[in-house]
Amino acid sequence: MYVVIVGGGKVGLNLARELLRSNHEVTLVDQNRATYLRLEQELEHVVQYGDGTELWVLERAGIGRADLVVAVTGDDEDNILICQVAKEKYLCERIIARCNNPRNLQHFRLLNIMPAVSATDLILNLIEHEVPGHGLVHLLDLPDEQLEIIEVEVTPGAPAEGRRIDEIELPDGSLIISVLPAGGGGFVPKPDTVVNAGDEVLVVLDPGLEDSITSQFASNGTHG
Amino acid sequence: MLVLIVGAGRVGSAVARSALAAGHEVSVLDDDPLSHERLDAGMDTTWEEAGGRFTVGTALEVEALIAAGIEEADVFIASTNGDNTNLTISQVAQRRFGVDRVIVRVMDPARSDWYREQGLNTICPTKHAIEMFNASLGLTA
Repeated sequence: MYVVIVGGGKVGLNLARELLRSNHEVTLVDQNRATYLRLEQELEHVVQYGDGTELWVLERAGIGRADLVVAVTGDDEDNILICQVAKEKYLCERIIARCNNPRNLQHFRLLNIMPAVSATDLILNLIEHEVPGHGLVHLLDLPDEQLEIIEVEVTPGAPAEGRRIDEIELPDGSLIISVLPAGGGGFVPKPDTVVNAGDEVLVVLDPGLEDSITSQFASNGTHG
Repeated sequence: MLVLIVGAGRVGSAVARSALAAGHEVSVLDDDPLSHERLDAGMDTTWEEAGGRFTVGTALEVEALIAAGIEEADVFIASTNGDNTNLTISQVAQRRFGVDRVIVRVMDPARSDWYREQGLNTICPTKHAIEMFNASLGLTA
């Protein structure tokens, strides 16, 4: 696989190292002279000096034959434009963009620059996972399909505690697909499966229904 | 007609003053509060007294664009000092806010040409400078 990486910071450099180690062909582009000289000491001809948003720099890096273009500079507008020309001008099939400021994610989506990876969002997702009592974890979002899967913990005193699956009042457009008991394991529930405090349930739902679902599994005031 | 100008440098501020003098409603967005001085320069009154609007904010922040009036704007001019910022926000203005006329300054001739082919109304000062230098040297392109 031939990969063009724009942005020689910690992310770009380590990506280049890993890809080279797996025997992929890589070109790493950076526009900062000092960074370029430092990278060149280690990676030699793999590194090219230039502004990776300029067409001739991308062409010199061989973007026309790239299987993958990765834009990981510190500027979101640069990453957007690198990926936009990679896709739309050079017809590169696969791109990956780094989103530095999660508030800019909407611009990446608008211009169809996906996947866009935001470190802040990744860490936030991990916090959701690691911090107990937070209530709701987004496991999977499928924006195109208008579906998501969330994980909620059943807290003591919640409306759903001690009830059968078919007795839990969930809104239309949602379905419990799995129960993860507090003691470990996990299974697909039957209508007469009883849900207990401390269990976690996986629910598939239409976006926007989160609140009416968490209200069934969290006792008042403990979620959110 | 409401003209929203993002980036009040030499070009943006001069176009803003021309548009205001021509009787248009003009709103200017810039992330540097001091750029306001360029709008006042050479005027008898302040920019606001003359009827202009000025908002301090970052061009990529949707809240700043909305505060500056992008939802009502008939014309959007991207004239910050960054090509990549201009190209991104002009596409946001066009595709998300549906602004009728979007004009974007792009210093890089190659990308100015390509984005023009993609339907953006780009203006490339570098190209004009090259043409003028060539002309003054008696060269033809």
